[in-house]
Amino acid sequence: MAKKRKVPALNSSSMADVSFILLIFFLVTTSMDSNKGLQRRLPQPLPPDQKAEDIDIKKRNIFVVKVNSMNQLLVQGEIMNDVSQLKEKAKEFIKNEANDPDLPEKSIQYIDYLGEVETTKAHVISLQNDVDTQYQTYIEVQNELIAAYNELRDEFAQNRFGRKYEDLPVELQKSIQKVYPQNISEAEPKNYGGN
Amino acid sequence: MAKIRQSEPRETPEMNTCSMPDIVFMFLFFFMMVTTMKEVTYKVVIHQPQATELTKLENKSLVRYVYIGKPTKEWQKTFGSETRIQLGDAFADVSQLEDFIVTERSSMKEEDQSMMTVSIKADKDTRMGIVTDVKQALRRAYALRINYAAVQKVNTNQ
Repeated sequence: MAKKRKVPALNSSSMADVSFILLIFFLVTTSMDSNKGLQRRLPQPLPPDQKAEDIDIKKRNIFVVKVNSMNQLLVQGEIMNDVSQLKEKAKEFIKNEANDPDLPEKSIQYIDYLGEVETTKAHVISLQNDVDTQYQTYIEVQNELIAAYNELRDEFAQNRFGRKYEDLPVELQKSIQKVYPQNISEAEPKNYGGN
Repeated sequence: MAKIRQSEPRETPEMNTCSMPDIVFMFLFFFMMVTTMKEVTYKVVIHQPQATELTKLENKSLVRYVYIGKPTKEWQKTFGSETRIQLGDAFADVSQLEDFIVTERSSMKEEDQSMMTVSIKADKDTRMGIVTDVKQALRRAYALRINYAAVQKVNTNQ
């Protein structure tokens, strides 16, 4: 048999150079902006020959948020100076804990995994903004409304399961979404005062 | 007695660079992890609005972007300083948006088409008029899953 040959050592001194090139490439192309945002769903488009119809919704079921061109808020007919109050107001509306006749009507619904639950599924949050409303304000309002839903879902999860909403399995999350469905409707923009 | 010895010219010991590739690799992997390739070069200036209830966009191949903002300095000569829409690499009009979405969607795999998300990256000072126009166009194009790009709000004690 032939003698076992020694494998010549691989010269790896250029490895550092190669990896430096790669490193510099990634350094240059890197942009740390993360792809995050507010997830929303648009309503189905209307057929072109059909005019927008006003759907009859009981007044108690609607929560109206208007934003004018000066970025001022009108919530349920009252002026709101600070966006941060909107969340509490929206939560109170969606939950209707005391079964107030001015707040959305409640109905008992059977939901998988949860059994019969009292929900306010008929409620609608109507968001109306002006053509000149600033995008930042719009996002803030949307953010507060989504925060209201998220907190309600979280509270429900805590009461029922003693865990955070995010930590629950997907099926349970879907069920809780049915308890507090996101009904945010956006009207066509109109000119509400302020030139 | 200590002898005072005329020292010979000393040599600096050679540094051991064996671990340099390892360190560089460590950096390399870090940057590979955090890197997100820029989708396009921005022709509009976008300062994203701030929000707290953010969700991360999961599947990047299913996301298409619409940029809304004022043109950057070098483009202001040709396109003015009014808020404009950028689709892909070029400025566009709202009327082109529908076609853009339809062509982008048809280039996707069929099972993915219904999962397409459109991310609206708009400057925080944009007026809602143009955003609403974009939304209406997206509705007509049946791109109903949308995402308003925003950055995490920094906590200010108010």
